[in-house]
Amino acid sequence: MIHDVVIIGGGPAGLAAAIYAGRAKLKGFVLEKMSPGGQVLVTDMVENYPGFMEPISGFELVEKFTAHAKRFGMPIETGEVERIEPVGDQFSLILTDERTITARSVIVATGATHRKLGVKGEQELTGRGVSYCATCDGPFFRDQVVAVVGGGDSAVQEAIFLTKFAKKVYVIHRRDELRAIKILQERAFANDKIDFVWDSIVEEIEGKDQVQAVKILNKKSGKQSRLEVDGVFIFIGIQPITDFVKGLVDTDERGFIKTDQWMRTSFKGIYAAGDCRQKPLLQIVTAVAEGATAAYAVEHDLA
Amino acid sequence: MANDKIIQVSDADFDETVLKNDLPVLVDFWAAWCGPCRAIAPVIDQLAEEYDGKVIIAKMNVDENPATPGRFNIRAIPTLILFKDGSVVEQITGAVGKTVIQNALSKVA
Repeated sequence: MIHDVVIIGGGPAGLAAAIYAGRAKLKGFVLEKMSPGGQVLVTDMVENYPGFMEPISGFELVEKFTAHAKRFGMPIETGEVERIEPVGDQFSLILTDERTITARSVIVATGATHRKLGVKGEQELTGRGVSYCATCDGPFFRDQVVAVVGGGDSAVQEAIFLTKFAKKVYVIHRRDELRAIKILQERAFANDKIDFVWDSIVEEIEGKDQVQAVKILNKKSGKQSRLEVDGVFIFIGIQPITDFVKGLVDTDERGFIKTDQWMRTSFKGIYAAGDCRQKPLLQIVTAVAEGATAAYAVEHDLA
Repeated sequence: MANDKIIQVSDADFDETVLKNDLPVLVDFWAAWCGPCRAIAPVIDQLAEEYDGKVIIAKMNVDENPATPGRFNIRAIPTLILFKDGSVVEQITGAVGKTVIQNALSKVA
């Protein structure tokens, strides 16, 4: 069976693409390696998605997206793509479980995953105090002291979230001001459980079976210090999940896929949408817009 | 999504059910407030079907059972621990794709 389109990834971009592809009566499905949602699943509260004035949990929002996609006839299947092989003007998608799927077009909406610090102790202590998901692991740090690394929206939002559990939250940031949007900055500065460690980077995470401390370097003064913490939450940005299309489509140096405004990649028949794509704003609202555009482009290009 | 091939374990019966089991046991430590736990739930369901009779797939709610996660230094969920003959064969932290879990299970089944 040859599908019109296979959408790889079931986050907001992929599910929006599925809604538009389904309404266009394209034959195909969404392929998701876990269950739909992507990074939104781990977002505590979403309060900037139009129409949802009361903050909605990422989980609830994703349930709505999923139900909406299914309503227009796009199935969501479990599977992970290992590689894509162009065959004539079609594509063979080889999955990690060795299944092969044939499609006339592919929308890559695989999103992104958290970036790692790359310091000593990080790998060894992951799950033992080092975390990339405050909503998952915050409750393990009740009345304890944690550090958040980063200064963007995610870092600041999660630092605020962590004050529900931790008795003290240190935000360690490499610059002397936050990059996070102003409303989040104001909330963080007003929260007396949050302290800031400016101009500083984490050089090492210490601990045997559990995180015990972080070694910090102040980049301005050159002074090293040690901060005793029970947990380290790392939010220093994301990296795209695009290894499986490396060499096939053009990406930037960090691996984000380049597209035109129709979401077409450099390879005819392959489209990209959402956080895996090179763009200025990584948000649910932009991801869904790109998913819709990609599905529209598929419909247009197949006609 | 109830799956009768998956067993629920608690602090009280963990030793008996998991450590002293003749079969390997994969324990999924989870909680209701954890998005990625829900994300991997369908994969766990599928694995319970596929490994039926070879590996026991169990779930432990960390909210209701704080002692066992403490024993294994679990401070992140989902955490999957594969036990065989009472010892840890493999520990996987965070939501991962099905293949990663299958690779771990292939060591014991």
